[in-house]
Amino acid sequence: MANTPVKTFKDAGHLLRLATVFLVGIILFLVARALLVPRSFGQYGHYRGNAIAEIAAHPAVFAGHQTCETCHSDVLEVKQKGRHARVNCEACHGALAKHAEDPVSVKPEKLQAAVLCVRCHQANIAKPQQFPQVDAVEHSGGAACDLCHRPHSPAIDSGKSQ
Amino acid sequence: MNLTRRRLLILLPAAAIAWKHILAGTPEAAPNYKMTEHWWGMLMDITKCIGCGNCVRGCQTENQVPDGYYRTWVERYHVEGWGSENPKVDSPDGGKHGFPAGNQIGGKNFFVPKLCNHCAESPCTQVCPVGATFISPDGVVLIDPTYCLGCRYCVQACPYGCRFIHPQKQTAEKCTLCYHRITKGLTTACCESCPTGARQLADLKNPQDPIHEFLRTHSIQVLKPYMATNSKVFYNGLDGSVR
Repeated sequence: MANTPVKTFKDAGHLLRLATVFLVGIILFLVARALLVPRSFGQYGHYRGNAIAEIAAHPAVFAGHQTCETCHSDVLEVKQKGRHARVNCEACHGALAKHAEDPVSVKPEKLQAAVLCVRCHQANIAKPQQFPQVDAVEHSGGAACDLCHRPHSPAIDSGKSQ
Repeated sequence: MNLTRRRLLILLPAAAIAWKHILAGTPEAAPNYKMTEHWWGMLMDITKCIGCGNCVRGCQTENQVPDGYYRTWVERYHVEGWGSENPKVDSPDGGKHGFPAGNQIGGKNFFVPKLCNHCAESPCTQVCPVGATFISPDGVVLIDPTYCLGCRYCVQACPYGCRFIHPQKQTAEKCTLCYHRITKGLTTACCESCPTGARQLADLKNPQDPIHEFLRTHSIQVLKPYMATNSKVFYNGLDGSVR
């Protein structure tokens, strides 16, 4: 009977040592976790919240037709009267955000109507039937499209507009 | 990925170095843009797509997509008679340079532009083991390139084949719905360069967006509805043969 408290104490010593090891382990884990997990992780969900802002910060390459129209309102006027009214500028002219940022030194390339028009208007069985399409060779015999059509307003009777 | 104990121990110090890089400050978010006010999707009008490939080229230019990989692409379908189970599909170079005229006369022929469906219940984000891919609060499925291990789990999980591993970076890549553009009030590069308006960016939380009127008045379908992914790319005039 007298030995029992001593025995309990001895066992408690073992447990205490074990508990200390666990406690140190847990503290080390928490410290490591606090250091390694980025602060924004879990801000919106199980991911790094800052990633959203980082992706949003990429520069745009296409300027957008609204940007083009602020300077080229004359072209917009011509375009609005024709069938190409809803074709955005950069659909043909290519991505031009650099030109929009620095219009003086960055000039867009001159376009080749022969390549560009055919890209959309070459006849193809899979194209919607109401879409205007021609067999380019049959239609013009190899002559450049802009000999007759003006790209910004392509109907022939729209005359000398650009 | 075959991660042995030796390789893990080698990777640990590298991870510690990466941590400093990861904590290196928040980049400036777009001003006046509140994520909670938007829920992005896209409208695809098959009846307007002419297969010119402008979207594919535009996307490649905007997002520096490596050659031979596609964040968006165009497929051409040819369906004969009642054989909607066996459509002939081709997509030369993702449709980047348009499609050869072809001489199939009978049956149905049409183009189907595809991209990430930005699913509201996306399988790809659910399988990521490290939290590198996620649905943003405005409904865009994005990838954190600094967190991605390149384990390819998400590539396999996507039912639409929209993801790939970037050959140089060795991390998963996909359409971001031009997140860097739409947060600045611009439309996506593919929509900007589409000459026929076959693609329309749609903000489902904006009551003024024409998408709502369009969805009310047209027969709309999403790709693989049986996958229950809650896809947010809506197709008008989609044929049953499209997979």
